[in-house]
Amino acid sequence: MDLVLQLLFTGIGIGAVYALVALGFVLIFRATNVVNFAQGEFSMVAAYIMVICAVDLSLPYWLSFIIALAGMVVVGVIFNLGVYYPLRHRTYLPVIIATIGASILLTNSVLALYGPQPQVLAGWFETPGIQLGPVYLDSQYLLIIAVTLALVAFNWWFFEHTMIGKKLQATSQDKEMASLLGISVSTMIMITFIYSAVLGGLAGILVAPILFVSIQMGATIALKAFAATIIGGFGDVAGAVIGGLALGIIETFGAAYISVPYKDGFAFLVLVLFLIFRPQGIFGERVAEKA
Amino acid sequence: MSTSENIQSVADIARPKPLLVRHAPYFIGAAVLVFLAASMQFDGYILNILMQATTFAIAVFGLSVVLGLCGQINLSQAAFFGFGAYVVGLGTTDYQLNYWICLFGGCVLALAAGALLGLSTLRLGGHYLAMVTISFQQIVTLIMINAIWLTKGPDGVPKIGRPALFSSSQSYLAFCVAVLAIVGYIVWHMPNTRLGRAMRAVRDNELAAGVNGIDVFRTKIYAFAICALLGGLGGGLFAGGFAYVSPDQFSFAESIVFLTMSLLGGVASPIGSAIGTGLLILIPEWLRFLKSVPGLYLAIYGLSVILIIRFMPDGIWGFVTAAYDRMWPPKKVAPSAAALVLKPAATGGATVLDVTDLSKHFGGLKAVDGVDIAVHRGGVHALIGPNGSGKTTTLNVLSGLYEATAGKVVLDGTDVTAMPPHLRAAAGLGRTFQNIRLFRSMTALENVIIGAERPGNTLIGKGDHAALTERALAALTFVGLGPRANELISSFSYGHQRLIEIARALAGNPTLLLLDEPAAGLNSTEKLELHELLKRIAAQGLTILIIDHDMTLVSEAAQHITVLNFGRRIADGESMAVLRHPDVVSAYLGTA
Repeated sequence: MDLVLQLLFTGIGIGAVYALVALGFVLIFRATNVVNFAQGEFSMVAAYIMVICAVDLSLPYWLSFIIALAGMVVVGVIFNLGVYYPLRHRTYLPVIIATIGASILLTNSVLALYGPQPQVLAGWFETPGIQLGPVYLDSQYLLIIAVTLALVAFNWWFFEHTMIGKKLQATSQDKEMASLLGISVSTMIMITFIYSAVLGGLAGILVAPILFVSIQMGATIALKAFAATIIGGFGDVAGAVIGGLALGIIETFGAAYISVPYKDGFAFLVLVLFLIFRPQGIFGERVAEKA
Repeated sequence: MSTSENIQSVADIARPKPLLVRHAPYFIGAAVLVFLAASMQFDGYILNILMQATTFAIAVFGLSVVLGLCGQINLSQAAFFGFGAYVVGLGTTDYQLNYWICLFGGCVLALAAGALLGLSTLRLGGHYLAMVTISFQQIVTLIMINAIWLTKGPDGVPKIGRPALFSSSQSYLAFCVAVLAIVGYIVWHMPNTRLGRAMRAVRDNELAAGVNGIDVFRTKIYAFAICALLGGLGGGLFAGGFAYVSPDQFSFAESIVFLTMSLLGGVASPIGSAIGTGLLILIPEWLRFLKSVPGLYLAIYGLSVILIIRFMPDGIWGFVTAAYDRMWPPKKVAPSAAALVLKPAATGGATVLDVTDLSKHFGGLKAVDGVDIAVHRGGVHALIGPNGSGKTTTLNVLSGLYEATAGKVVLDGTDVTAMPPHLRAAAGLGRTFQNIRLFRSMTALENVIIGAERPGNTLIGKGDHAALTERALAALTFVGLGPRANELISSFSYGHQRLIEIARALAGNPTLLLLDEPAAGLNSTEKLELHELLKRIAAQGLTILIIDHDMTLVSEAAQHITVLNFGRRIADGESMAVLRHPDVVSAYLGTA
């Protein structure tokens, strides 16, 4: 029972990271109808910026954090201008391929600049964690869960209760009508890319002390975040969060009770099962191309 | 230049020289290449490069089928390549099996894996396919590395055997080149086969493909399975060529290399695949210094993908062919001498379409609510109603694009209520769309040929290319566009595109033709022509069910009218009487 609780805690912590990246997926998908296959690389790039600042340059952790997030803003802008925006009038297939190209470019640029050795990044807190009854609560996991909760709340407030959030929603639902109402669609899309790059970056920075910082971390996280969005229901914000948590828990238990080397395979298995038996996910969204 | 010089005779199009004669240069060229591969004395380095290029090109041909022809993405081609390679590798070493059995087994395994993966995902949108194939690739890599009892893990499989017949590297290369030539021929020829046309139709417009009798899901699975098969074949040959395989040769990065090769050369054609493969094997060899920095050359691949997609979406070969087409535009075609014959099937009774108590609800919205329609054989039946009355929804339920919530649809004696669109087309239903849905990358003739290929069309003889072309040309001539048959859809005006869509439906010799607002967006001359056309169609005994807002057209063309309002039928009967019906007047003009 103790082990179950411990695994549950770990699963929720990892799941929260998937949820953050999944949120980034969903935001871009809703704004542009395109799945960004480089979403995971945002996490990877941010984690490397953290390593460079906090480890290599020995800057304070908080300063490194700010630099990393600022870096993600720049990445979001460049990504939008260089990859998405020129293709915005084309069908989804060229855009998908271009984002895959961007993902390869980012991963291997980092590899070329920084080499293949995985890096270690310390956690935010000095205290490693607290013992609560039978469960040991790792401070980094606690931080991840807290930040995810705060971001979900912020997200809800931002989209439902601010003007800019409403403009973003309008843009994602009908670009033409939004532009006729005086909303600058290209600005809104730019904001979406920046926001989701920052979300992805945040996830990467938070998860870096738990995993090694490696060039593959982006692909691994993105794969699971995508599985999370399908499990939750594609394009649904709540679905992405629930899906992420569910996946984190499934994976942690799978690794503990079934097999460690195939830990990364469980996400795929769950993904395929959902695709076959409930492609609309838990919260149900349309899945086929629009009629 | 007089027009007569510009016109190619129908005979040239309908009855070309036998295929083997026309394609003889290809086989002669291929034979020369095989001979060169077998006889020239290459050093080991060149031989390796050629072996790699040959086997990779076969896998890239697979991508040209799935991505180029069918518009579906596959980011796990290296995994399928790995299936072929590992079956040959492990089979010829650990299990001491015959090379040919292993090669065959590898192809079958790849084919089966591709089909299964496709079955799980291809009903869904393209994003799912991209992510699922990436996941699949990762899983396969995990298994190759971790299932040491099966795959020997990261150490790989050494000392892989070759068939006795081709035991020297040189002869084995010649064998691979021969396989490449045969596969290349099949892939090159595929766009003009029934399956290839179906794939192109699915790529251009899935909905239109479905209502023209193409099983969209099955077509995608075939494309995906063929791609996987070619991946397995290439991999099997690769294993024999290099005698050693290891997991890193079949990683996600390698799938990206395949994709880049395909995109760079031009995804639409095997020639493009060959160009792309050749370049991306040679360039890294020339730029070997790039390989000294890990990641650098893959980073360049990633950047190239972005740049190609943005600036040269059709790849090198696509760029060349487009330039060629600009310099030598397609020739005009003499209109078909044969008049279009329509012989609508008549197996049911006097009622061609019997709709009873049909409902379609979207959540709480009753878009169509308990509607009855009986369309009598012959003549024109109109379905009218104010905006939002449920007309187009009804048509979409009739053609199977929406599933009915309740009710029954009987077409010429066959209950089609539960059938998907392509089976309804096979049962005799033809339709057009309000927002025109043509296959935009194809010519008018190719569009109409797909219509003529409707399963159940009895007027195309044994359905060979000549018969289909003749039928399609007759249909295009019937709507007045015969001479422009070889032009791409984009060069036609809006009104003409509507006519092509009608010709596409007519070529299939349907039992019932559904026309969804055919007059929308037409000018007054075009409307008159449309009216003429409807008369000529009806004169051949084909029953038409038409939706339109143009009351002049409806009242003049239709003998029978059904009126919908708020999803319910409010009037039905002979045209003039219905149009005078007080409920109809108030629905259109408001109550006085």
